[in-house]
Amino acid sequence: MDKKIIYKGAEAEIVLSRYLGEKVVQKRRIPKSYRIKEIDSFLISFRTKEEAKLISEARSYGVSVPIIYDVDLEGGVITMQYVAGRRIKDILNDLDEKERKRICIMIGESVAKLHNNDIIHGDITTSNMILLDDRIHFIDFGLGGKNSEIETKGVDLHVLMEAFESTHSQHPKCFDYVLEGYKKEFLGNTDTIVKKINDIVKRGRYR
Amino acid sequence: MISLGIEGTAHSIGVGIIQDFKGKCHVLSNLIKTYTPEKGGIHPREAANYHAAHIADLISDSVKKANLNFSDIDLVSFSQGPGLGPCLRTAATAARALALTLDKPIMGTNHCVAHLEIGKGTIDECTDPVLLYVSGANTQVIAFAEGKYRVFGETLDVGIGNCLDKFGRTVGIKFPCGPKIEEMAKKGERYLNLPYSIKGMDIAFSGLLTAAEHFFHKGNKLEDICFSIQETTFAALTEVTERAMAHTEKNEVLLGGGVASNTRLREMVNIMAQEREASFFVPSQRLCLDNGAMIAWLGFLMYENGIRMSIEESVINQRFRTDMVDVTWRG
Repeated sequence: MDKKIIYKGAEAEIVLSRYLGEKVVQKRRIPKSYRIKEIDSFLISFRTKEEAKLISEARSYGVSVPIIYDVDLEGGVITMQYVAGRRIKDILNDLDEKERKRICIMIGESVAKLHNNDIIHGDITTSNMILLDDRIHFIDFGLGGKNSEIETKGVDLHVLMEAFESTHSQHPKCFDYVLEGYKKEFLGNTDTIVKKINDIVKRGRYR
Repeated sequence: MISLGIEGTAHSIGVGIIQDFKGKCHVLSNLIKTYTPEKGGIHPREAANYHAAHIADLISDSVKKANLNFSDIDLVSFSQGPGLGPCLRTAATAARALALTLDKPIMGTNHCVAHLEIGKGTIDECTDPVLLYVSGANTQVIAFAEGKYRVFGETLDVGIGNCLDKFGRTVGIKFPCGPKIEEMAKKGERYLNLPYSIKGMDIAFSGLLTAAEHFFHKGNKLEDICFSIQETTFAALTEVTERAMAHTEKNEVLLGGGVASNTRLREMVNIMAQEREASFFVPSQRLCLDNGAMIAWLGFLMYENGIRMSIEESVINQRFRTDMVDVTWRG
């Protein structure tokens, strides 16, 4: 089986591979020798399990995510569908305004679906979204978790706001479009979340 | 240029004198005196009184130790924040008095930024590091990005040193507790499960502290608890540091702050750096502590870059954040 590392982060590497004849990606968490075995094994299996759980759960709520084929807790490997689309980060700037608006509204709707079910992605950036079959697929739930607080949801959206500011600064309306989609789908009070985001901005750092 | 720096953010009062040489920092003297409470933690007013009692002698001794006269000093720098109000005010007042007496310029500096700059200033190969700054009150991962020293991760509750001290106080270890906990940890054999709390890039220690105290009250071996505390908190610190390095694509890591003298923490960060093929640096022991030389050095960098400060602008700022400083002296 041919394997190719396509991305290496601080915590894990993403490997292109095959599984039962399908093209797949594997997220492999790397053991760290600076920490003792007890902590290392615990963190790797715990985080692998949490991430796999979040992805499956997101799917059950109608958010597009990679299909999970296999989870190896001890080895810290999640084998999942290779989403053969294009990263939103790479295409958003080149779209016309109408299409950009449509995409951003879709993003907002999906984030609202996650938040309706207390799923926090933890790292919503346009690099972690892939457009395939006219659906936004969310990847990398590695920093995610479950949380019902308005604060946490605000932080989650704020990360996306900052991503737009740094990567898509020439299109300042993107985040407003996202909020438009979010409002449509979110079951709670969107105004309190928007207010929360403004508070977070004032605090200076994310969080 | 010869710069004198006065540090007084917390329990230490320090006076250091530096001279620049080909863009690097030469420390001519660096005296520190530390207030140790009889019991409990630092009382800000008591600490400030201690600083006030010692600052005058420290200044004269520091000038003597550097083999200089007062007239040789070109700049007076001081720690403007962050820190304990009464302590900051004492150091700032001394700096103003000295600057006015000598008729020399004054420069207020950010204490956290000074910890980073002194590493760069005294270690040749250290040019653009991610700093893991670990002291009593402060625990931050700092790196230069877009004109500022940005905080990529920090504690959400107490500093790591404070966490160790709080635990030490519960189990009857005298302040400062870090070194004694380190000794105990070496004899620890069994890892006790403690909460490992990383939120995004930030760390929290309070849950771990409660759990560790609980283990103590249940009669677990103190050595095992100390070992578990160190392993858990240091692993979390190392992990956040590594994430910041990956994110900023920097391949140098620098340790700073009082807890940087812990050999286990050094070892862990060093292994992490090696595995990433990055360089690992720690300034000399004294320059890791709260000291006047680092304040003097940062003051020099700012002054040389054209920054000026009037006496009116030299008010202290207890909540002086690392990312509030415009780092104009770096290209």
